[in-house]
Amino acid sequence: MTSISRADVAHLARLARLAIPEDQLDHYAEQLDVILQSVARVGEVAAADVPAMSHPVPLLNVFREDIARPGLDREAAMAAAPAIEDDRFRVPRILDEE
Amino acid sequence: MKTVPFEEALTRYEPVIGLEVHVELGTQSKMFCSCSTNFGAEPNTQVCPVCLALPGAMPVANRAAIESIIRIGLALNCSIAEWCRMARKNYFYPDMPKDYQISQYDEPICTDGYLDVTVDGKVVRVEIERVHMEEDTGKLTHSGGATGRIHGADYSVVDYNRAGIPLVEIVTKTVVGTGALAPAVARAYVAEIRDLMRALGVSDVKMEEGSLRCDANLSLNRPGDPWGTRTETKNVNSLRSVERAVRFEIERQAAVLDDGGRVHQETRHFQEGDGTTAPGRSKEQAEDYRYFPEPDLVPIAPSREWVEELRLTLPELPSVRRARLAEAWVIGEFEMATLVNAGILDIVEETVAAGVAPDAARKWWSGEFTRAASERGVEPADLPVTSADIARVEELIASGALNDKLARQVFEAVLAGEGSPDEVVAARGLAVVSDDGPLLEAIDAALAEQPDVAEKIRSGKLQAAGAIVGAVMKTTRGQADAGRVRELLLERLGVEG
Repeated sequence: MTSISRADVAHLARLARLAIPEDQLDHYAEQLDVILQSVARVGEVAAADVPAMSHPVPLLNVFREDIARPGLDREAAMAAAPAIEDDRFRVPRILDEE
Repeated sequence: MKTVPFEEALTRYEPVIGLEVHVELGTQSKMFCSCSTNFGAEPNTQVCPVCLALPGAMPVANRAAIESIIRIGLALNCSIAEWCRMARKNYFYPDMPKDYQISQYDEPICTDGYLDVTVDGKVVRVEIERVHMEEDTGKLTHSGGATGRIHGADYSVVDYNRAGIPLVEIVTKTVVGTGALAPAVARAYVAEIRDLMRALGVSDVKMEEGSLRCDANLSLNRPGDPWGTRTETKNVNSLRSVERAVRFEIERQAAVLDDGGRVHQETRHFQEGDGTTAPGRSKEQAEDYRYFPEPDLVPIAPSREWVEELRLTLPELPSVRRARLAEAWVIGEFEMATLVNAGILDIVEETVAAGVAPDAARKWWSGEFTRAASERGVEPADLPVTSADIARVEELIASGALNDKLARQVFEAVLAGEGSPDEVVAARGLAVVSDDGPLLEAIDAALAEQPDVAEKIRSGKLQAAGAIVGAVMKTTRGQADAGRVRELLLERLGVEG
């Protein structure tokens, strides 16, 4: 039913920032195909009168009131940060030189 | 960078503009968690498991933010969706710790509206494509490299206080046919959005603090040709910059097209310093954000009753109010724009309501008080002077007890905390000298000092009278009525006024 191409795998790999060698694209295409076909079987069971749903529970309009409350103090908030500088999360270079 | 003069560019090309405005809502708490939204807090002190994307944390939408966006949509004449969802916008960029931003994709909450703006007396209808709800991102600071820009930076640091603050994006449809007015239309539109948000009370809309941000899209085409490739200019942080950015892109793109080149579809950054734009990220390859409905949030389905309740809370729209006041005060578009831009429209209206003539209320607020406010670094409305004070001083002027010069001295004292106008007048002994005796003495003294001027006036050169009137005002330390002095002077010299 579904058919994942080598180009699809390359595109997905790029979006996910994964380096997949050229000679493994077919391998992953096959595997992804199996996964998607398994999921697609749900569609075979669903009757035409069952609308597609994005949420498992039939709820609408769940809101909270606009009241500010203290969150984490900075020490706790940054406890798991790999690197900190000037009370900020330090992250690696984002873009290379133009 | 090569450019073509603006007027010349417009002889060959037609500009097409589109504007995306982001408005940070002024809610107390963030969009999906209860963290405070205060501006200027210490870095990473307004964060929690939800906006830091810690495992297991779940977002819940802020009711006040949803109400605000529905009111914005209604004020912009939009349809309000009966049912819509939030969506995940996935991307690799550390300004959001989740690696996605919660936004809306193909189901925006408000669609198909319009906003009329007036430029040079001409009304231009800017159609609104959509207004959608999203969350703001964290603030990145880039370190190393030559320019502090992201390109070539060694690393970056992030403050997530801003991450998750409710953000409303207002997107126009393309605006065509504005020609040479395109830059002014873009500016007027952003100004109108700003005034509208202020009237709605949904945001403090401070461009300098980033609570109102604008991206300007522009393309050029030759008359009759299809639309050209557009650029998107970001970093446009003031109304003046909006106008300059659009104008510069017209001049730049015209030069590219004149040389037979093609405009690259890209993001450009406005450079405040020289008013040019510089290339940023290229958008030749369409972004793939893999949007999908946000599974952690349930759909939003505003009932029609709720929408109608919110419609009843809409204030008089700024354009309607300006037209009403301009007519009542008999002033033109320019004078009105001056009051709006100076941020004194509300206080002038209040002063007029206190019984002061519109011209006088405008004069005091746009002159004396604007100057005093800028000296003190406060908003004019926050000065320690009330509409009642102004009404009292105007009464004293009308009764002849004060003249303009003395009135200014009274206000200076009121602003300095010396009390009410009556108290200042009494304490400083400020009053127009209304007794003719001392005035005639001063006139005689002045005439004796300047006999040549006296001769000129006698011979009919009435404009010379100013010198004598001035001298008398000086000797009476401004406490005389200049009109009366002139009358007495001409009488004295036996000249017809």
